[in-house]
Amino acid sequence: MGSQSRRDFLKTAGLLGGTMVGLDVKDARATPKNVLTDERKGVLVDTTVCIGCRRCEIACKEAHDLPVGPLEQYDDRSVLEVFRRPDTHALTVINQYEQDSLQQALDVKVQCMHCDHPACVSACIVGAFSKQENGAVIWDQSRCIGCRYCMVACPFQVPAFEYDKALQPRIMKCDFCYDRQMDGKLPACVEACPVEALTFGKRYDLLEEAHRRIDENKDRYVNHVYGEKEVGGTAWLYLSPVEFEKIDFPDVGTEPVPGATEPIQHALFKFFIPPVSLYALLGGIMWLGKNNKNEEEE
Amino acid sequence: METPLEAQPVKRPFLTPGVIVLLIIAANGLIWSFLRFYLGLGAVTNLDNQHPWGIWIGIDVASGVALAAGGFTTSALVHIFHREDFHHIVRPAIMTAMLGYTFVALGVMFDLGRYYNIWHVPIMGNSNSVLFEVGICVMTYVSTLYVEFFPVVTERFMGRVHMHGLLRKLNKITDLTLRWIDGFLQKTMFFFIILGVVLSCLHQSSLGTLMMIAGHKIHPLWQSPITPLLFLLSAISVGYPMVIIESLTASKSFGLKPEMDVLARLGRFVGPLLGVYLGFKLGDMVIRGTYVYLMDINLESIMWVIEVLFGVIIPMRMFFWDKVLHSRTLLLAASYLAAFGVLMFRINVFLIAYTPPYSFKSYFPSLGEISITLGLIAIEILLYRVLVLIFPVIAQPAKSIKPKTKFALRGVIK
Ligand code: SF4
Ligand code: SF4
Ligand code: SF4
Repeated sequence: MGSQSRRDFLKTAGLLGGTMVGLDVKDARATPKNVLTDERKGVLVDTTVCIGCRRCEIACKEAHDLPVGPLEQYDDRSVLEVFRRPDTHALTVINQYEQDSLQQALDVKVQCMHCDHPACVSACIVGAFSKQENGAVIWDQSRCIGCRYCMVACPFQVPAFEYDKALQPRIMKCDFCYDRQMDGKLPACVEACPVEALTFGKRYDLLEEAHRRIDENKDRYVNHVYGEKEVGGTAWLYLSPVEFEKIDFPDVGTEPVPGATEPIQHALFKFFIPPVSLYALLGGIMWLGKNNKNEEEE
Repeated sequence: METPLEAQPVKRPFLTPGVIVLLIIAANGLIWSFLRFYLGLGAVTNLDNQHPWGIWIGIDVASGVALAAGGFTTSALVHIFHREDFHHIVRPAIMTAMLGYTFVALGVMFDLGRYYNIWHVPIMGNSNSVLFEVGICVMTYVSTLYVEFFPVVTERFMGRVHMHGLLRKLNKITDLTLRWIDGFLQKTMFFFIILGVVLSCLHQSSLGTLMMIAGHKIHPLWQSPITPLLFLLSAISVGYPMVIIESLTASKSFGLKPEMDVLARLGRFVGPLLGVYLGFKLGDMVIRGTYVYLMDINLESIMWVIEVLFGVIIPMRMFFWDKVLHSRTLLLAASYLAAFGVLMFRINVFLIAYTPPYSFKSYFPSLGEISITLGLIAIEILLYRVLVLIFPVIAQPAKSIKPKTKFALRGVIK
């Protein structure tokens, strides 16, 4: 009887165990390495050039079918005195910073940084976020389940959620005008900027350009291109005359954010070896104990 | 030897003053639930773009999963390590875990902006996402728990299917089906038991990986590379205290004799388990040098001290003390402290440690969030009561030898 039940045990374990391993995980959708081509695009934001006219905000809203409101309100510069973040009504905003060391206030445009190793892409439970070959990080409305883990993960706290909607709330953030770019057009903000504070181009060309500007105007800029190394590099790059923490750029380090969790995930699920061995170990303990019991009874 | 104990439906009325209070809390929760689904998340919660996760994730989900750890720890003890002397507590533990995880799943549905898309998770899952792993493991584990509980259902109804009217024709076939399932589960139950333990180890630890991706937004006191291990260890150490709490509370509420000797023996495991957890927690602190953050007095450092002192060190000391193990009140107190420690750990990691880069205001749960959380807990307790009144879950002195001895042994859950 002992060996019979043992054989049953093994047979059933094998059968059912096989089903569990068969429950394989779908292909990874996060940043495949080859997406990061040398051709990928970016934008260089020169905060010393920006005049805070908010034309980019208007253009952005028009391009994304968001209500623009009366145009006069964009000339009211008191708006700039209150610190703002991109949200579901404005995917990009301008903030103004008074600096004692400068003659005039500094205007800083903020939006999604379009990270090279985006935390939001790695985090999203259903792969609704993806990094595109042109550098854009975009969101797929048809997949999202509204868990907001992308918002927890983003180091710059960019994705915004439509909390006021009971049905189909969207995750909203700058999409680098992905559709316009596919039509061969410039991002709306870049096209709208009257003073060329925003430069669109290949990310590597922009980095060269940024360092050239720093080298040629040592008094004008701090020697730091924000986004060159931050969280492993971002498509949007910034030049500033003051240290970046003074204009509310967080110190996020240079390691890609997904680097903290993806290795753990992959180690756990590489061919399911750890779960399956744990299963085998526990099964072994159970089986040995069962034998002992059987022998005692016999 | 005392009268042998046997799992039976409890014979008590459903309504008591306590139950009425729970019904009121549940009704309040239901009203707020209606508002949440009718008006959206913004109308009833204090969540915003800086604070995407609140108590529904921190308490309902993360703490709910940890506090339901009694199921896998007990079934591992009894069925994998063959400690049959604890088999009376398996059924209640599995049932509590089943209820607990069901309500974790419900809690998630409240929090998801597009809850009706939940089916995207198994078919579109992103294997890089920690949340995906947690989601899949929890979904599979809930089903496993239902399977593990099913023998109790078959035991209750086998040979007692008496449907009336037209359904009478189905009596026989239903009974046969039940018997067939019962037989099948007896042969295969070990598979589900091991599966349940493996899945639990996986998602209990992955819950700790969840907030690691928030990187610099998490306070260094809790942003540790071994957080997954700490989550697993703390969940394992809180499993038996939860079984103790539940058993003592149920025996009191149903006027049964508390099974102090079994619970005291169970309590003996808790001290060492808490010790291992504490060892890793402090070791990690020393290695990363994060004790410097305890020098400043702020919300984070105070919460850390409360969590570790009242939630780990004091209960650990108590569980090592014979007097505590044999006193109903002290054992209950120690178990509550251990549960409190794990609750605080989860709240600290998910809410206190999380500081978004551009906080305009800090997060505190709204009346609606609290009402729904309390309402879900109240409904869960009420369901517990309903289930033990219907099903043979709680071990009680056997009054008579059961008529159908043929079906007395059922699956591995005895
Ligand atoms: S800034 Fe945030 S939202 Fe934008 S790509 Fe990076 S992680 Fe994603
Ligand atoms: S809210 Fe949507 S996009 Fe964000 S992580 Fe969840 S499923 Fe993905
Ligand atoms: S349009 Fe150009 S100058 Fe005007 S606010 Fe935007 S970035 Fe600055």
